[in-house]
Amino acid sequence: MNPLSFLTQMIRIAIPYLFAASGGVVAERSGIVSLTLEGFMLSGAFGAVVGTHYSGSPWVGVLTGMFGGLVFALIHAITTIRYRADQVVVGVAINLLAIGVTRFFLKLFFASSSNSPRVAGFGGNIKAAGFDNPLLWLGLLSAPVVAFMIYRTPFGLRVRAAGEHPEAAESVGVSVERVRYLAVAISGILAGLGGVYLALDQHQFTDQMTAGRGFIAISAVIFGRWSPIRAAGACLLFAAAETLQIQLQGSHAIPSQFIEMIPYVLTIIALAGVVGRAVPPAALGKVED
Amino acid sequence: MSVSSLAGGAQPTFAATPWRERAEEALIPPLVALLVALICGDLLILSYGQSPAAVYRLLLEGTWGNAYGFGQVLYKATTLAFTGLAVSFGLRAGLFNIGGESQLAAGGFAAALTGLALPLGTPLIIALILCMIAAGCAGGVVGAVPAYLKTRFGAHEVIVTIMLNFIVLALLNWFIAGHLHVPETLHTPEIHAGILPRLADINPRFHGSAANLALIVALIVASGVWFYLFRARGGYELRAVGLQPEAAEYGGISVGRVWMKALTLSGMIAGMGGINYVLGYKHYYEDGFASGAGFLGIAVALVGRNHPLGVLLAAFFFATLSQGGLAIHAFVPKQMMDVLQGVVIIAVATAVPEVRRVLRSARKRGDA
Repeated sequence: MNPLSFLTQMIRIAIPYLFAASGGVVAERSGIVSLTLEGFMLSGAFGAVVGTHYSGSPWVGVLTGMFGGLVFALIHAITTIRYRADQVVVGVAINLLAIGVTRFFLKLFFASSSNSPRVAGFGGNIKAAGFDNPLLWLGLLSAPVVAFMIYRTPFGLRVRAAGEHPEAAESVGVSVERVRYLAVAISGILAGLGGVYLALDQHQFTDQMTAGRGFIAISAVIFGRWSPIRAAGACLLFAAAETLQIQLQGSHAIPSQFIEMIPYVLTIIALAGVVGRAVPPAALGKVED
Repeated sequence: MSVSSLAGGAQPTFAATPWRERAEEALIPPLVALLVALICGDLLILSYGQSPAAVYRLLLEGTWGNAYGFGQVLYKATTLAFTGLAVSFGLRAGLFNIGGESQLAAGGFAAALTGLALPLGTPLIIALILCMIAAGCAGGVVGAVPAYLKTRFGAHEVIVTIMLNFIVLALLNWFIAGHLHVPETLHTPEIHAGILPRLADINPRFHGSAANLALIVALIVASGVWFYLFRARGGYELRAVGLQPEAAEYGGISVGRVWMKALTLSGMIAGMGGINYVLGYKHYYEDGFASGAGFLGIAVALVGRNHPLGVLLAAFFFATLSQGGLAIHAFVPKQMMDVLQGVVIIAVATAVPEVRRVLRSARKRGDA
């Protein structure tokens, strides 16, 4: 096994997780449950393909993909923040809705129930091994940028306050609702970018192409104990396991299903507190009347 | 993550609210959701250049309008009734079981293994009972894990059940792909015993539809759930914990024990749903047969307002949507129904707290 090719493949696999997990950290730190990342990613991927297909430019696809994630994020934000709908229920529904909407419009726009036509993408130089794709660099930057925002800016302080002690935040004049709206919107855009990377990397949209990646991202958020940098570390760890599985294929050393389980098993272990208990933000998912 | 707003079904207090007000709070949200879904459906149909009235007529003809379509609706409703009852049972205790997907699959797997192990010619009733026990136990084990982790370590059941879905489905996939499949397929051999008669065997008009006697089992389970929740002491404790865990604990109920019982039983109910496909339809376990039915159980419980009767009606409604998609596919893609499912869930989830607030403030004004 070539260590350099292992590393590059691992990073390419990690990029969608990094985007989505960074978004998940922002929303969850503000107190909103992010079971929606899967749906945001899927709508982002679809938006990217539609935009790229009709304009011919992947940059337009980036914008429409971000917009796709944002639209679903706003549905989640309005129903759970303004109308106080249960975040878990709406989260599950957002994921179902994203599958349905992308399927319906796949049929409407491209007359197919499985995949879109091929679209343009970034880079493509074989020697660059994917590192000539600007989205890859953006993905690597997403976690440090979110970390800076959460820990070093006034907005980040408000996000953390909204997630830990919303009453205290309100009492000093912070609009918790507005902070949460922004946090969910940011999570939609970031997770949407994860989907954009995925779709443009494969040069097409396929039905349910995110295939559980949003849930791996939420695992990374929990396993990383809601810290952007640790969550990014978890993303890299999960991607490394996946790369190992791909590179070991054919040798049948470990059944692939057991590698697939790693992120989920680690998340449960983290939640059960066997090695350093994962404690969520105090106000996560709570609705005050 | 609090589910207290959902735990009590329609009403937040035990019995103090008058019957009419409870009925209003229970029935208005699903009706609002239906209206929203109809409007969204209209828009989608129009976006495809078709006439909504014609498409809806086609939908009704293809589902309730003929025996085959109706049989298919009943078949799909059966699985959804099991998963919906499972979710609502957990919610009554204030617990969110999102593991229906893997509990259903584990149950179907166990039922198939039992049906394979039993000798040919085992009397149906014995085989059925053994398969159901196996399915229930398998689902129950999957449900007991998050229950234990919650009571012992405080791990949130929403995340644990989601993570377990992936783990259990990967394990089952490993069993099937690596050990038990008929070559070239992803399913087990056909079972020898426990094959449930189809409705078509009783009334030939249902010919071709997959509806089978698991439907009767679902109705029996629903009555059992109703009796337990509203007439048995355990159900009273369970609902008390769902409404106010601290008060229940103070009242002498062991909250941890109720949580264990509620999630384990919830998993068992979802697991038993596996018989509909395995014993009633295909007669083998196939990888991925549960696809989506576990998640839709959440929608069914929500729209059914956590009452067994409501859950049955909601299962019937969602089964109609899914079968209806096939009926209209020539004119509007069946994927429209995937969209409407999501819309209905979001609309109900949004309408429940909003309707409650509006009704409350209206009543307060009325009192003043």
